[in-house]
Amino acid sequence: MSFPWAEHYTPKHPVMQWMDEKLPLPRLVYNAVGAGYPVPRNLNYFWNFGVLAGLALVIQIVTGIIMAMHYGANDLVAFATVEQTMRDVNSGWLMRYAHANGASFFFIVVYLHIFRGLFYGSYKAPREMVWLLGLVIFLLMMATAFMGYVLPWGQMSYWGAKVITGLFGAIPVVGEPIQTWLLGGFAPGNASLNRFFSLHFLLPFVIAGVIILHIWALHIPGSSNPTGVEVKGPQDTVPFHPYYTAKDGFGAGVFLILFSIMLFYAPNYLGHPDNYIEANPLSTPAHIVPEWYFWPFYAILRAFTVDFFFVPAKLLGVLAMFASILLLFFLPWLDNSPVRSGNYRPVFKKFFLILVIDVLILGYCGGAPAEEPYVMISQVAAAYYFAHFLIILPLISRFEKPLPLPGSITESVLHRHSIKGEQDALPGMGADPQPSNAG
Amino acid sequence: MVRIGAFFVGLFFAGWLLVSFLMGAVAYVAEPPQPTVEHEFHLAPKHVSFSFEGPFGTYDRRQLQRGFQVFKEVCSACHSLKFVAFRDLEALGYNEAEVKAIAKQWAIKTPDVDPATGEMSTRDPVPADHFPKPFANNVAAAAANNNAIPPDLSLMTKARHHGSAYVYSLITGYRNQQGYRNEDGKELLKEFPDARTPEGLHFNPYFANLNLAMAPPLTADGQVTYGDGTKPTVDQMAQDVAAFLTWTAEPKLENRRRAGLATIVFLLIATGLAYMAYQNIWADKKKAA
Repeated sequence: MSFPWAEHYTPKHPVMQWMDEKLPLPRLVYNAVGAGYPVPRNLNYFWNFGVLAGLALVIQIVTGIIMAMHYGANDLVAFATVEQTMRDVNSGWLMRYAHANGASFFFIVVYLHIFRGLFYGSYKAPREMVWLLGLVIFLLMMATAFMGYVLPWGQMSYWGAKVITGLFGAIPVVGEPIQTWLLGGFAPGNASLNRFFSLHFLLPFVIAGVIILHIWALHIPGSSNPTGVEVKGPQDTVPFHPYYTAKDGFGAGVFLILFSIMLFYAPNYLGHPDNYIEANPLSTPAHIVPEWYFWPFYAILRAFTVDFFFVPAKLLGVLAMFASILLLFFLPWLDNSPVRSGNYRPVFKKFFLILVIDVLILGYCGGAPAEEPYVMISQVAAAYYFAHFLIILPLISRFEKPLPLPGSITESVLHRHSIKGEQDALPGMGADPQPSNAG
Repeated sequence: MVRIGAFFVGLFFAGWLLVSFLMGAVAYVAEPPQPTVEHEFHLAPKHVSFSFEGPFGTYDRRQLQRGFQVFKEVCSACHSLKFVAFRDLEALGYNEAEVKAIAKQWAIKTPDVDPATGEMSTRDPVPADHFPKPFANNVAAAAANNNAIPPDLSLMTKARHHGSAYVYSLITGYRNQQGYRNEDGKELLKEFPDARTPEGLHFNPYFANLNLAMAPPLTADGQVTYGDGTKPTVDQMAQDVAAFLTWTAEPKLENRRRAGLATIVFLLIATGLAYMAYQNIWADKKKAA
């Protein structure tokens, strides 16, 4: 499951040798994220986000377990126990804000991780399974985040739960029974809150399990890289440790600084004020909006305003919203250009940029009230979203003429450094770039 | 096969979205949406500056005490403050004995059970108690307030956009609706004759739907007598109570900012070291061979 030149684990200390015979866990770690895993030497900072997503999950689990120690999953006291955590538990405010903002930062790094994969073609053979498992993690994250948002039992919690479970109500015939079954009642109540708490506690560990599969599947072909050219020999790789542990250490520092700025100085910026009002089934908020990370999908849901013959617009919106994520599962087979990296695909690159802007527009519209002109804008943006993945991408991969690829990873690295060396040498008289072909 | 299927699915969704867009656009042009009275006349909160603004802002203890006095003498007659306990008042600069006295003398009593008979009774609050609610339940609250339930104020400044400025603006924002014009010079009752404030409500352009059940709570300068010599103008009292309610909503604000500063300084140093370690480890790989 690795390259033949991968470094071998040889424990020197007798205790480690004893351990290796009984339970070779250090060996597993060494081969997974240690010196035993050779990684392309040319990864850029976009390759930091996988580790950062793992870090975000750890932060969520640690803060979440502590939150759970002080939380009462009962509709009569849930709101008050969260407030009590904020006020009377030592550093409870820190745990609560870290957990709430941690969810947002988890999504930020995961979205960047997904966009990295989309641009550099990481979903293509031989890494389809890595991509598919990643999407499973993303779906689990969405479910976990949605249920977590219900737990404080504020107004947006309650009405968000009502709207999202109401989506299932759009399914003909069985819709309403399904909604009732999900909620454990006809409207969100104590039964819903309890099951959401139970599942919200469970799913992060399921995510952790799928992450292990995700990394396992990744280690079979090894990591991709910005050129998309596969590893050809030992000169193309460096051991994960210390090279990428050092780089990820720096990345984690930057991540934690940005996270801390948000957590300590603007902890409520990403939340909605209405969630500081206790849930009230008799008073509907003026605008029900989910958390920001669901806005693009919420915009797609609301973009369908016209019935398609006997299919109601609401059902179309629900189908489209689920389709907008499910279509990503087919991506490895929709885009069959042999070139992975967007850097060598001039036409793809332009459309990819449009897609990024399109998703940002969808996100903006999803957070805005459901009125004009936002609905019309999200209709056009949602149309592009579907057209991009289902029509444009397959066509590009058929007709595009890619740029010439570098012969190997090492060649691309040396090329970059020699150009940089020449530029550096220009103003200085004594500098000698010393180009060389040696690995 | 996947690509052919995808093509038709994509064509369907994209096509129907564009049809929806065209129908929406035609409707938009044929019947442009009419502006609502809220859209035309609702005002964003006023600009007002507080000591706790900015990343290094802290609460002004004397202002919080003044704000607490306004809450005690004016707001607490109708509004509860259920997430705050008397003991929390020590953060405002009161000592233990003062807090005990404040609790004991509180006008509303804490519900309890008579230990001898088991009957419902009341007693003086103690510092460990949360502020007792002015009404026994929502039905009583609604019955006493023209069918509107006065909301709990513990979290009010976090439950509204720009909450501190909102509370200040709302309290000082009551206007006479007769002849009221917005910044564009449009007169409300001329533009929207049906939007006349109903009997029993009060016109306030800072309230989301412009008509508020609460009567103006601060009506005259000197309604409260401050012990620290500050002149109790309506504007001053409104600012003070807004500051107090910011504290009730976010009592740990100062701890949070202090902890944040220490954390970020630590992280900057750690990240700087991590960067140097990264450069050091990669030094031989970054050179051109």
